[in-house]
Amino acid sequence: MSVLQAVVLLLVACGGAGVVLTREPSRQALVASLNGLLLTLMFVVFQAPDVALSELAVGTAAVPLMILLALSKTRIEARRTNHKDSQ
Amino acid sequence: MRPRQRAIVALLGGALLAGFLWWGALGLPSFGAYAGPYGDVVNAAAPADRQVQNVVTAINFDYRALDTLGEEYILFAAVAAAALLLRRVRTERQESDAASVSESEPNQPSEALHAWGLAMVACTLLFGVYMVVHAVTSPGGGFQGGCVLASAWVVVFLTGDTRLLHRVTNQNLVQLAEAVGAGAYAATGLAMVALGGVFLQDLLPNGSLGSPLAGGMMLVINAGVGLEVTAGFVLILLEFLHQTSETLEGR
Repeated sequence: MSVLQAVVLLLVACGGAGVVLTREPSRQALVASLNGLLLTLMFVVFQAPDVALSELAVGTAAVPLMILLALSKTRIEARRTNHKDSQ
Repeated sequence: MRPRQRAIVALLGGALLAGFLWWGALGLPSFGAYAGPYGDVVNAAAPADRQVQNVVTAINFDYRALDTLGEEYILFAAVAAAALLLRRVRTERQESDAASVSESEPNQPSEALHAWGLAMVACTLLFGVYMVVHAVTSPGGGFQGGCVLASAWVVVFLTGDTRLLHRVTNQNLVQLAEAVGAGAYAATGLAMVALGGVFLQDLLPNGSLGSPLAGGMMLVINAGVGLEVTAGFVLILLEFLHQTSETLEGR
């Protein structure tokens, strides 16, 4: 195993731990996006460019965006219910 | 159960799991070692056999094309199911809040952001099309190229706004593209049967090694997959945005 491979594996381990340790959902989406970028790097280092390209689009952009959209939807919904209750 | 007892159970379970994992890891082949002959055989045979440089594409869209057909329909079913779920809630909302929907002006993004977004969309689309078309010569293909193409729509949303996204996107066309792309895969397989082969047997001319037009059937399938993946992602994005933007306006 080369130094680069060892470093990138360590980075992915840190990134994964970071995602688990972030408790606030919208922040977690951003940390997960960063972790997706680290995974992309790992796939490149391990010579899997096909997988890296998919991971880049899906893991760092699409999935975090869906999480953020779903979160904003639930928050608006919650605010609306509170508003109705107080009327 | 008291916390102390719980800690003991967790510790025992964790130790057992760690032991088994360690035991399993000892039996793994050494780092980077490849035992099976299949990959070596395909690597040696595919370039001469099918005139392709990207052997991954040859495996996915020719030798094991039937597996990828199933994979594509998993994606298709997932997109259809997600769209169905999001859409039903949407009609409910429209019925209950039709009166309260107001014409609120969202924040207008700056012109610099628009210009930057336009440049990014152009580059992203070009790169995505390049990846779909060059499936047999370089890393990429329909799935990856489709993801990249769809992210152009994400860029439109991020640097413009929801209205701009709806103005440049016709949802009916997106749905049509999704269905046509998915159908193209099975249709290609059936076309090969009509040409006298078996389902998904590559009967189209393979061309010469190094040309983007090499690979025969793989190009046709990749174009279909690229269309399906792009449309699928865009459709999901549109459905999610319908959900959030309608509740925003109805606030």
